[in-house]
Amino acid sequence: MAVELVKIVSKNFDIPDSHKLEVALKNGRYESIDKLFSMKPEDVTEEVCKSGLRGKGGGGAPCGPKWKLMPPVDERPRYLIVNGDESEPGTFKDRQIFQYDPHILIEGIICSCYAIQAHEAFIYIRGEYKWFIDRLNEAIDEAYEAGIIGPKVMNKYDFSVDITVHRGGGAYICGEKSALIESIEGKRGHPRLKPHGKECEWFYGQPATVNNVETISSVPNIVLNGYESYTKWGTQKAPGTMLFAMSGPVKNPGVYELQYGEKMLDVINEIGGGMKDGLKLKAVIPGGASCPILTAEEVEKAYLDYESMWDIGSTLGTGGMMIIPQGVSMVDVAKNLIEFYHHESCGQCTPCREGTGWIDKTIKKILDGIGSQEDIETILDVCETMNGKTICVFAPAVKDIIKSIVQKYRHEFEEHFKK
Amino acid sequence: MSKFKYTDEKEKEFQRIAKKYPKIDAMMLPALWLVQEQEGWVSPDAMIFLADKLGKTPIEVYEFATFYTMFNLKPIGTYHIELCKTLSCMIMGAPELKKFIKDTLGIGPGETTADGKFHFSEVECQGACGGAPMIALNHTYHENLTVDKLKKIIEECK
Repeated sequence: MAVELVKIVSKNFDIPDSHKLEVALKNGRYESIDKLFSMKPEDVTEEVCKSGLRGKGGGGAPCGPKWKLMPPVDERPRYLIVNGDESEPGTFKDRQIFQYDPHILIEGIICSCYAIQAHEAFIYIRGEYKWFIDRLNEAIDEAYEAGIIGPKVMNKYDFSVDITVHRGGGAYICGEKSALIESIEGKRGHPRLKPHGKECEWFYGQPATVNNVETISSVPNIVLNGYESYTKWGTQKAPGTMLFAMSGPVKNPGVYELQYGEKMLDVINEIGGGMKDGLKLKAVIPGGASCPILTAEEVEKAYLDYESMWDIGSTLGTGGMMIIPQGVSMVDVAKNLIEFYHHESCGQCTPCREGTGWIDKTIKKILDGIGSQEDIETILDVCETMNGKTICVFAPAVKDIIKSIVQKYRHEFEEHFKK
Repeated sequence: MSKFKYTDEKEKEFQRIAKKYPKIDAMMLPALWLVQEQEGWVSPDAMIFLADKLGKTPIEVYEFATFYTMFNLKPIGTYHIELCKTLSCMIMGAPELKKFIKDTLGIGPGETTADGKFHFSEVECQGACGGAPMIALNHTYHENLTVDKLKKIIEECK
């Protein structure tokens, strides 16, 4: 069956000047707000729970149950923090929302703030996205001026929403939600120790919820059209759609909204246009650099939803597919990625700080032609030493990608020994 | 006592932004950005100024500023070329662009041309993988680059 593009979050992306309020209003933006305020906040949360909406920043955790972790309303301020850090290599989907439909994000923030009864939202965006930050700020200014946000939502509802965009300073780890909060609080972006039980996040000691930009942007449609409009797409366990990104030597790299469960190879060939310049597919990193690599044979069996991806030993992550063609050395790929991780480790936990450097040096040694089988074992051993022994999942992610490359393409590492 | 001061415009902007946050600590990133916009870099003197303003010690500001890679801790050239080196850009031709920059401007990563015009940084993923390879020139993205396109961009700056 042909792969079909679905237009929910991306509905307005192709409309000229879609980022401007006037155009956004003509094309359905803020239509969910009247319905929103006819519902009780807990009913909005329930609707999102029933929709099965899952976090689209990489974790895939259900959104509604996360909102339920907020404590009952009391005199304390409550916050919504929107994660637009988007630093995972291969991932460039949230920037489409900032660029083409910032008002869907603002609308989603109003819906989500009402559901969790927060009145202030912070959007944390990576510092490199200066242009996108300016574009989003223009939209927020327009929304304030029109009275859509501010002391009375849509100039009529007795509910205030304030939105502030917070520009990051260039640190991958600030995409991790607790590091992100630390960063806004004026500290180094060091992830926090997590409690044993599930609870909400804490911003300056006050309850907060952190959601990804795309997740929040998926909420208005669910509010306006009901959860069934969302569950008709995707799979039973992963309902709905996701903005899948494709990069590397395909004919049409870019971001495409698809329902979950599509066949990866069909997406690459039909939507991505297949490999360009007669290149042959060698491997795909399916959802940003942290996901275990898939060989060309595995790609043939891969489906784009969380459960299917787990079944073949990888993860869906952010849905950012990095296409690797024949002719590219997997030792170079491993080297490139470990340099990234070595540079971006926040340095808080010793296994991660030292482990990334150790693997980096060992791969360089192999590339210099002075490596041995022992070095391959060292890399695998360091991967295991890093796994599960750190505060956040950065180190396990390094283990996942590096170990999968070394195990699946071990012969390419061994070829360097003969030099 | 610091010799650095925000311009009136930046001071006004600082006060405007500060009202949005529950505590002044949250102004660390916005305040540093205002310094860098004003001076092009964050000097030790500016860090002392910020420490005073934000109720921190200078070393706390320094520790913060050094954690985030986008703050320039020394003056850089007029044009800052940031070349993405991460996987998709590597596959799509970033190494050729790096060679071109070295050959034409004579600078490697972390270096500035003698006339102070260009500074070159090799950076990690910029979230432009679909438009790989890319550079950011003073924060403006240039994507789907070839050596010819980069040549034109650099010539326009000269």
